[in-house]
Amino acid sequence: MQHPTTDQAVSLRERAYRIRRNALLMGEVQGQGYIGQALDIADVLAVAYFDAMRYRPEDPEWEGRDRFLLSNGHYAIALYAALLEAGILPAEELETYGSDDSRLPMSGMASYTPGMEMSGGSLGHGLTIAVGRCLGLKRKGSDNFVYTLFSDGELDEGAIWEGILSAAHWKLDNLIAVVDVNNQQADGPSTQIMAFEPLAPKLEAFGWFTQRVDGNDIDAVAVAFRAAREHRGAQPRMIICDTRMGCGVPFLEQREKNHFIRVDADEWQLALQALEAGRQA
Amino acid sequence: MSNPNTTVATHATSAKPKLKTSAMIASIAGEGQATRSAPFGHALVELGRQKQNVIGMTADLGKYTDLHLFAKAFPERYYQMGMAEQLLMGAAAGLAHEGAQPFVTTYAVFATRRAYDFMHQAIAEDNLDVKIVCALPGLTTGYGPSHQAAEDLALMRAMPNMTVIDPCDAIDIEQMVPAIAAHNGPVYARLLRGNVPVVLDEYDYKFELGKAKLLRDGAEVLVISSGIMTMRALEVAKTLEKDRIGVAVLHVPTIKPLDTETILREAKRQGRLVVVAENHTVIGGLGEAVATTLMRAGTSVPFRQVGLPDAFLDAGALPTLHDRYGISTDVMAESIRQWIK
Repeated sequence: MQHPTTDQAVSLRERAYRIRRNALLMGEVQGQGYIGQALDIADVLAVAYFDAMRYRPEDPEWEGRDRFLLSNGHYAIALYAALLEAGILPAEELETYGSDDSRLPMSGMASYTPGMEMSGGSLGHGLTIAVGRCLGLKRKGSDNFVYTLFSDGELDEGAIWEGILSAAHWKLDNLIAVVDVNNQQADGPSTQIMAFEPLAPKLEAFGWFTQRVDGNDIDAVAVAFRAAREHRGAQPRMIICDTRMGCGVPFLEQREKNHFIRVDADEWQLALQALEAGRQA
Repeated sequence: MSNPNTTVATHATSAKPKLKTSAMIASIAGEGQATRSAPFGHALVELGRQKQNVIGMTADLGKYTDLHLFAKAFPERYYQMGMAEQLLMGAAAGLAHEGAQPFVTTYAVFATRRAYDFMHQAIAEDNLDVKIVCALPGLTTGYGPSHQAAEDLALMRAMPNMTVIDPCDAIDIEQMVPAIAAHNGPVYARLLRGNVPVVLDEYDYKFELGKAKLLRDGAEVLVISSGIMTMRALEVAKTLEKDRIGVAVLHVPTIKPLDTETILREAKRQGRLVVVAENHTVIGGLGEAVATTLMRAGTSVPFRQVGLPDAFLDAGALPTLHDRYGISTDVMAESIRQWIK
């Protein structure tokens, strides 16, 4: 379903490029940031905000909107990049990222940032809150979806599995969850910290309609989001996205994998140039 | 095998002494005390009739928190979340965001220990209209430290945006339910379940959120108390009256925000020993809240605490344990006699 105010002439690839660009610009302002993650999730966010979700940019709390819960609060830089492109955040606020008195703190805050529907800094909270949101929407007879994004590291948190059990128990067919499998968390590769594969069979066994896609193949992501919306079963939907940290900027993608990718002060402009070089219409 | 021709003498000292025990969910009521059944459950049903967005949620303790009455009256407004307290709090936040007013129940230990981060981040930080109502406050079970919430008030006091309540009896509970529903914001309230004593009907008392109430006056001692310790304080006052020791009782059901004005006014009255009595550890609860209030105001008074020790509490029979930790009426009365010597 196309977003009604989306400019149809702007392709999803272009949206993803602009999201990546916004993220790099914010990273440059701060001199640091979770930029590897922002670059890997840009395709997912482009599909979410420019192909899948219903919302009104000028009214982020419009009751008729689909909800988006960012469980991994440190991906705020990525979500802001998408919210800026969607017009939910004013363009002039980009340069305030991470600064004093900014509405764009490094970790997402629900209480004062438009479009940020939960405070995800602690990690592992998103699915439990999403369950409540979905139940609440059903109480109101709403046909809106709740989307939630979380990361593979959060699979270590027990609360995530409480949410997985509960969503299936309550048959929450209005819940679409996305897990970013970039296989990187604070102390190293996620599969080595706490092995979670095979992930899709686990989720299917838990009663979820599960898809697994290349999270940086934007066409495949769009197809998966549509299939998640259109699936007829009385069950929640999970899209497992395998992504590459730093995707879109080759020298960052090839840099030694780190939860908090190192970018030197002079490299931000180089990154923007590399991104531009790979830009497709 | 005993010889049938032998008389076996039953000797008093060889008979096993009858062991004292308490059920996990013992009633706190004394013998012959007036009680009401499930005041919270009934009050919530009444509230539910008036407010359509009130919902009940629990983590597999509906039956043990009197929420089953609400479940029976409004099955479509009752959410059994299973034995998953973090999920319980996260989901309550989600439902509150979508316009519900959740009353969320479990035992005090489980809400305040294993789900603390979720109350803090999902509910309190966004100032959501969620009411967390928890049974087995302090030492009201002999089941052991896993179920004895000795530190819940300290933990919840330290949470910003949180209102914290420790009700005395069935009347406090009945009246607090609509009062906390009328307050827009997160609330943590201790709960007494089952057959709950009725104590405050004897006094000209009405529950008011954020207000301490002087239930009786006295010249020698001021007891500042909350929860079941107000019930104990009133009994102690009657006992010590016979010894011509005048005991005033200031009931403080709202721990946060604390009614510092009333507390200071009563404490400043000359010549009284101030005793703070709580069904809670002496660390971080009403006692230390009153102590800092007095110090900040520069008010110096003789000051004592009746409360649970900084220790993992024993398992066993409640009457035994209450004596052991000094929160029973008899031991508390004797403590006060010693202090004012």
